[in-house]
Amino acid sequence: MTKTVSMLATAAAALALAASGAQAQEKLKVGLIATLSGPPAVLGQQIRNGFQLAVKQKGGKLGGREVEVLVQDDELKPDIAVGKVKAMVERDKVDFVVGPVFSNILQAIVKPVTEGGTILISPNAGTSNYAGRDCNPNLFITSYQNDQMHEISGKYAQDSGMKTAFIMAPNYQAGKDSLAGFKRYFKGEILDEVYVPLNQLDYSAELSKIAAAKPQVVFVFLPGGMGVNFVKQYRQAGLADTIPVYSTFTVDESTLPAQQDAALGFFAGSNWAPNLDNPQNKAFVAAYEQEFGAVPATYAFQAYDAALLIDSALTATKGDTKDRDALRAALKKADFVSLRGSFKYNTNNYPIQDFYLTKVAKRPDGKYQTEIVRKVFDDYADPYVKDCKMK
Amino acid sequence: MSTTLLIVQILNGLQLGVLLFLIAAGLTLVFGVMDFINLAHGVQYMLGAYLAVAFYGLTGSFFAALVLALAAALVFGLLLEVLVFRHLYGRDHLDHVIATFGIILFLNSAVKLVWGAAPLSLPVPEALSGSVALAPGLLYPVWRLVIIGSGLAVALLLYVLVSRTRIGMLVRAGATNAEMVGALGVDIRRLFSLVFGFGAMLAGFAGIMIAPILSVEPGMGDTILILAFVVIVIGGIGSIRGAFVAALLIGLVDTLGRSFSVDILRLFMASSTARTVGPALASMLIYLLMAVVLYVRPTGLFPAKGR
Repeated sequence: MTKTVSMLATAAAALALAASGAQAQEKLKVGLIATLSGPPAVLGQQIRNGFQLAVKQKGGKLGGREVEVLVQDDELKPDIAVGKVKAMVERDKVDFVVGPVFSNILQAIVKPVTEGGTILISPNAGTSNYAGRDCNPNLFITSYQNDQMHEISGKYAQDSGMKTAFIMAPNYQAGKDSLAGFKRYFKGEILDEVYVPLNQLDYSAELSKIAAAKPQVVFVFLPGGMGVNFVKQYRQAGLADTIPVYSTFTVDESTLPAQQDAALGFFAGSNWAPNLDNPQNKAFVAAYEQEFGAVPATYAFQAYDAALLIDSALTATKGDTKDRDALRAALKKADFVSLRGSFKYNTNNYPIQDFYLTKVAKRPDGKYQTEIVRKVFDDYADPYVKDCKMK
Repeated sequence: MSTTLLIVQILNGLQLGVLLFLIAAGLTLVFGVMDFINLAHGVQYMLGAYLAVAFYGLTGSFFAALVLALAAALVFGLLLEVLVFRHLYGRDHLDHVIATFGIILFLNSAVKLVWGAAPLSLPVPEALSGSVALAPGLLYPVWRLVIIGSGLAVALLLYVLVSRTRIGMLVRAGATNAEMVGALGVDIRRLFSLVFGFGAMLAGFAGIMIAPILSVEPGMGDTILILAFVVIVIGGIGSIRGAFVAALLIGLVDTLGRSFSVDILRLFMASSTARTVGPALASMLIYLLMAVVLYVRPTGLFPAKGR
């Protein structure tokens, strides 16, 4: 019995091999992993939409090859993410994995994806370890190194002569990194540094402290639903008209539909905004809004760029993914027109790019978006690259 | 200045307290009267908020939305009771937990299907949207005062209902010995439905009142449910008075702990250590309180008599 089964299996495998050999150029398989359930699902949807929009605009092809995108939900659970990317790499034999949204998921999936030579492109998470000592030839980032987004606010507060600040973040690693990033450039007095439990909803106690401390500027990193609540309550407490708020991932196009007027005038640090003035970006924002009925956020544009990156590399290798060295070299050239304009890869495969201070505004059509106020960093590289041994 | 800050933080604590009371009141009644563990109580709070957003979208008036959402929350609570919970009363507590947990999963997904995963918001009614100056430069939102006021009003109403009316007498009797009440010719089934629907409506009311402050999103009821359970355990299961005292206690301890733990610890240790220990300690405080209360009074502060 077992013998027959194994014989059948061998025969089937042989047939499958023959079939795949017979195809001249098979479909390019791209695995896309993002958080698509739970409260942060909006972010994952932006990544999926941004990537698929690019593929659609390229006629379903990247670098001239038909593309099949396998979308998976990581549920924001590292163990689930590892299981799903392993299936993509081992069972589905994908050439690229694009994802994830969150840093802790990135930490979990880098090894299982890249150890066999599959290329991982992160359209959002960019932790410090992979920029420095753990830098990886098969990992490419189309977003930023996380610290940089927080540094923008600190740098701008310092440059504009602010003397006192009140800073707040959730009590976990990314929250601590965020406040450290702010303090790297801000040299004024920190009146208070508050860590709130992750996913705290009501900020009444902290808002009272801010009102009593009377800082010149408030800096917060309160992603997703936390930011929605904080911004509404900050406005209700009457603070929004007196103390400016600088932020990261607290007011963006994924949260603005819920924050609406309450967020008007809030500042954020970013590498892009929907109104960034270049023709490719204008076309992208218009196409995205038409297709999905929402204003794209950074997540969507970075995923769109990830697709352009793959397209550029495959065009250079004429669709070949077997020669990994050539593929990696082509990716590293980043020979595509990024929506953010200036973009090139550093030796650690993290982008060197410009960063802006943005501000929430209401458009004439009633929708909300962040808009660029001024450039804060020019061709800015992260500091961790010195610990990376790649050339 | 620090006295005003203390007063403001006490108000914040009261606001959290009355909110918890609104949720815990229904939970403790259902648990006390029917001996039924309803984990789905949190989703009824979430549903109240979503219904308010939906009716606000239809009518454009907060107060119309409030009335309609309350009615809908009541109807939905009764519907759940008839469809699901009624069949579980005789069963083991574990069955209650599994079934009502299933309802949490189902309703969270259903809400996402209908309204999407992105958070929604409900504006504060125009007349109550400002803030009042409690001290020069220290503003307090009017809406939070409204929440405190309406919560206290509901508490008073419940007190009168439970201790002064015939229905209330039956509910108290039911909490003590449901079988005996049934044997005396009271339609215990109808009483149960009534209590259940009322509890669901209270949770819905909490959701509606908090919707202008918090984002309305799937799963918003899950964290508050844990706190509500802490409240009813501290207060004594089945006791409205216990739920009221415990809810205010929890609200105050949690808020004051979050506000002042770091400052207090700074008196004893280095500033950077205080910053690490403070938030951790603050988030533990209510559970420490629960442990102490359970040690001193294992049945809670005001146990319903006869249990």
